[in-house]
Amino acid sequence: MSDHGHSTADSHDGHAEGDFAHPLPLPMLFGVFGALVFLTIVTVAQANYDLGSFDIAVVMFIATIKAVLVGLFFMHLAFDKPFNLIVFLSSFVFVALFVIITLSDANMTSEAFENNPNDAPPAAAAEM
Amino acid sequence: MATIDSVTTSTDAHADDSHGHDHDHPSWLAHHFDTPEQQFDSGKLGIWLFLVTEILFFSGMFCAYAIFRMLRPEVFEGCSQFLNTKLGAINTGVLLFSSLTMAWAVRCSQTEEHKKLVALIATTLSCAMVFLGVKSIEYSHKWGMGLLPPGSYFYSAANEHPTAQQLVEIHGFSESMAYFLTNSLYFICAPFALVAVAVLVWLIVAKVSGNAFQYACAKPLLVVALSFFGGVGLGMILESGGEHHEGEHVAAAGDHSDAEHGEHSGDDHGDSGHSHSIASDHSEASADEDGATMVESPLGDDYAAVKLLAENETNTGLKDLVAAERTQQSIATGKVLTDPAASDVGISTVESEVNTPRQAGVFFGIYYCMTGVHAIHILAGIGVLVWLLIRAVRQDFNRQYFGPVDYVGLYWHLVDLIWIYLFPLLYLIR
Repeated sequence: MSDHGHSTADSHDGHAEGDFAHPLPLPMLFGVFGALVFLTIVTVAQANYDLGSFDIAVVMFIATIKAVLVGLFFMHLAFDKPFNLIVFLSSFVFVALFVIITLSDANMTSEAFENNPNDAPPAAAAEM
Repeated sequence: MATIDSVTTSTDAHADDSHGHDHDHPSWLAHHFDTPEQQFDSGKLGIWLFLVTEILFFSGMFCAYAIFRMLRPEVFEGCSQFLNTKLGAINTGVLLFSSLTMAWAVRCSQTEEHKKLVALIATTLSCAMVFLGVKSIEYSHKWGMGLLPPGSYFYSAANEHPTAQQLVEIHGFSESMAYFLTNSLYFICAPFALVAVAVLVWLIVAKVSGNAFQYACAKPLLVVALSFFGGVGLGMILESGGEHHEGEHVAAAGDHSDAEHGEHSGDDHGDSGHSHSIASDHSEASADEDGATMVESPLGDDYAAVKLLAENETNTGLKDLVAAERTQQSIATGKVLTDPAASDVGISTVESEVNTPRQAGVFFGIYYCMTGVHAIHILAGIGVLVWLLIRAVRQDFNRQYFGPVDYVGLYWHLVDLIWIYLFPLLYLIR
């Protein structure tokens, strides 16, 4: 509290050498927020149209655009040291490995979970 | 090294009197850091590493989601209808707005706008509370309808809102559990009400004792605590609006059939084992869902009256008539095998129904797991944001020391990021 006035007073000197803060301009914040709300409306609206098997791809694509917007601007990654971005993105590499390997495994051994109801009637008929 | 000099000279006086010993660094700069920037960057890398563990943690649940959706896409499509898109969309908007205020708060801490910083953190907190309020409406609504994980799932379309007594008699819940399930909204609201009252008492005590700092902390926190109930109100309005068309169907068909339905399943299956009675109850109910309007037709307009009369124990003739009618309907729809002897062949037929307790239960198990863990993250975020609010009131942050605001902000944005994926994946499956 005591240093409040003090530090503002010499903030001009500080900006030259000591300051590392990078305040995001307000128009940018509002612009990103507007884009996010717009994309949310688009996601909700597209759910009314039958896009078949593209459905999940479209939904994930819009969600990913939103995630990129949040990451780059709200989370400041666009202006940060690139190392933080590398650390963050590296996690998704492992998520992708995890999900892809588990999914392909589940796909190959899905009988272990439950028989697919579409396959079941012939099998049941054979038993009879 | 010019950096160190500029920092230390600008905050020298402050450091000496607040810290007490002869270090030439400001109180907010830890001993093991050379410069504020080094301190900030280390903290930032630390929070990013934490966020990475969070992503890996959530990826387990997303993976479970992906596996079950791959194996049973129709279950996800069917069960997603029970999630209110309006509430999900509103919650998405609320979280996005809280992300905006959080990013703005980080900016304010960097530009040393202390008043604005407090206001923006309080707004972020209020949004978090509104989110939880809407969420509690969603949860309590589903718990009352029995849309629960496998094992406790008891939803039946014929009787969407069973009473506590019915839960005990038909579904075998203990009385206290049944009471909780039918009144869960009050149980969820109770801790938040207690917190709101506690903050109010704190505010009054701080005002009376003239503690300006505590008063300045309690004032925004009271708004925050009360905004939970704003969220509950918002959820109630949207839920009742969205449910209207479904609600009429329940009022028309459900009211008449529920009492009869309970007796029916009790009489016929009570002796053949508890689990069996639940299973058959559900399979009949799911047949009702499709045939709700069809059931009315064979006996014409008198059918409702017949059912009312059949509720009487002594009216065995009409009871049998209604039972026969029901059996006929369920056989006609081709989804239910009523003869237990034949059901070993028909298990797969019954299970191909989306709304069986087992399959729908798996969807709701995943739903509660993902949204529940997300809600726990919101609660944790509320905790750190309150800490931040108090520090902001104390004006702890300046243009070289805004790390805590930034780190909490990053965490908050990640929670938002996860919701950005959860919302379309759970609510928007058609």
